[in-house]
Amino acid sequence: MNGDRTPQSQPLIAPGYTIGTVSDKISSLVLGHRTPTAWFVGFGLSFVLMTLLLYAIGYLVLVGTGIWGLNVPVAWGFAIINFVWWIGIGHAGTLISAILLLLRQEWRTSINRFAEAMTLFAVASAGIFPLLHVGRPWLAYWLLPYPNTMGVWPNFRSPLVWDVFAVSTYATVSALFWYVGLIPDLATLRDRSKLKVGQIVYGILAMGWRGSVRHWERYETAVLLLAGICTPLVISVHTVVSLDFAVAIVPGWHATFFPPYFVAGAIYAGFAMVLTLAIPLRKAYGLEGLITPRHLNYMGRILLATGLVVGYAYMMELFFAWYSGDIYEEYMMANRFRGPYAPFYWTLIFCNGIAIQALWFQRVRSSALALFIIAMFVNVGMWLERFVIVVTSLSRDFLPSSWGTYAGTRWDWMMFVGSIGLFLTLFFLFIRFLPMISIFEVRTMLPESEIEEEHR
Amino acid sequence: MRRAPVYGLLAEFADVTSLLRAVRKARSAGYQKVDAYTPFPSEELAEALGAHDRRLPLLVLLGGIAGGVAGYALQYWTSTIAYPINVAGRPLHSWPAFIPVTFECTILGAALMAVFGMLALNGLPKPYHPVFNVPRFALSSRDRFFLCIKASDPRYDGVATRDFLQRLEPFEVSEVAS
Repeated sequence: MNGDRTPQSQPLIAPGYTIGTVSDKISSLVLGHRTPTAWFVGFGLSFVLMTLLLYAIGYLVLVGTGIWGLNVPVAWGFAIINFVWWIGIGHAGTLISAILLLLRQEWRTSINRFAEAMTLFAVASAGIFPLLHVGRPWLAYWLLPYPNTMGVWPNFRSPLVWDVFAVSTYATVSALFWYVGLIPDLATLRDRSKLKVGQIVYGILAMGWRGSVRHWERYETAVLLLAGICTPLVISVHTVVSLDFAVAIVPGWHATFFPPYFVAGAIYAGFAMVLTLAIPLRKAYGLEGLITPRHLNYMGRILLATGLVVGYAYMMELFFAWYSGDIYEEYMMANRFRGPYAPFYWTLIFCNGIAIQALWFQRVRSSALALFIIAMFVNVGMWLERFVIVVTSLSRDFLPSSWGTYAGTRWDWMMFVGSIGLFLTLFFLFIRFLPMISIFEVRTMLPESEIEEEHR
Repeated sequence: MRRAPVYGLLAEFADVTSLLRAVRKARSAGYQKVDAYTPFPSEELAEALGAHDRRLPLLVLLGGIAGGVAGYALQYWTSTIAYPINVAGRPLHSWPAFIPVTFECTILGAALMAVFGMLALNGLPKPYHPVFNVPRFALSSRDRFFLCIKASDPRYDGVATRDFLQRLEPFEVSEVAS
């Protein structure tokens, strides 16, 4: 690859594709006879990891949350770290499908479908943790407002209740948006499937879509409105998550800039995950003509931009700790620098603040391998960021007599690794059974879809 | 011999420009009950067919308002009437704390209305439709463009309409059994 070429000079869809061949190419990934060996290997490994999660959950339900490393003062351990990490990862999918649609960023077309799927599966992985963290997950429905014989209602002044509403709305709306986007492509699969079972299942899911222009008109209105609705939603979700922290008075949490800090971090983590998934995917399925170097380059730029916002937030944390003149805030920062969890803090600064500076270079942004490595750094860095926020602040808050230490047990790690397994298992099933790139949107990107107006 | 009832005539075109030209000609020839089928959305075609539904945005607005009002009412009722908690004499109707949930409920109401309103106005799900009887119609979800003039149109005439469609130089004209 020539690193000197500017991305704008490269096409968004490789030349040579027509409406017909692009439909065949993407639908054959699902309907074709040969599933790549890499799919079986990847699915198998993910499934094994997912069984670890199921095992850990089963044991937790039998014995209780005592198998985790939670203690007093650190009552928010891996469960909350993983929850925030996963929810954040989901945000890039909504950003790509909603905000970039409103901004008319056409390059989103090739990546929005699987980024939206990533959102759904990330929210699913996230949701497990708070549900288990409540201690008796079979009573988790107590979080919802419903008339009950106890006469008790949720306290709507608590950010944790806001979280229930924000995350459940987010999951519902993301699923709806994703499904609406799939309907025309499901019709394509219905019409192209040669198997009876495929015709029936895709036929039911496509709901009788027949591509009528009158239907398309309402469809486009609905998609545009959904995009407009999802834009404030995605920002609100991580804002509410950050309020879980900011409303508490714990040093390091009680800061007004937490909402924008968390939202930027979420988009940053999410784009890293999109790159982590897209780069192996385009290689394994030969999609270099649809997810082009230009797409990767743009994602690299967004990763850099949001990473710089996150880096700015880290500096603001320092500034606030100093400017507050509050000894607890000052100690919180000193504790991050030199305390028992200092290695985590410095690794996070390296991953999120320093490693991404390589993205300033065109040569790095045009190398898929380099982008993949940087994305991996960001994935690790963002997990460590949440670890540092949760654990350093809780383990040493106000009174030294009530300080403690925290470490995840093997059950904590099993659940964390297992949740990655769940996420990947769902993702592998998705790329096997549904079109991973939006077929009808790619069709609109091709030159032959443009109307040639005659002179009248 | 009685012929099977006919839904209309379906003409197949190779590209979107030909379809747009055909739609405009059919409209100017006075055909009212015309529909077009394409593999991707096209604003020009929707305009040529006069397909513009103003109801959906209004429904979405109403859905959002209903969601927001319901969300706020739930919080007001639980916090002040059903289960009042006195926290050091602070007001029970603490409206700033109710904003996030009201916001989420607004979004939920609007999004549900956008999706289900769109499906309802489009008359979906509808697994059976006469146009599916034409085998080549399966290509409408790949790379072909179709124009349908319905038999219910007052100007429809089995022979004359077919002639009219043939003059538009389509790939093929087929009769749609209903």
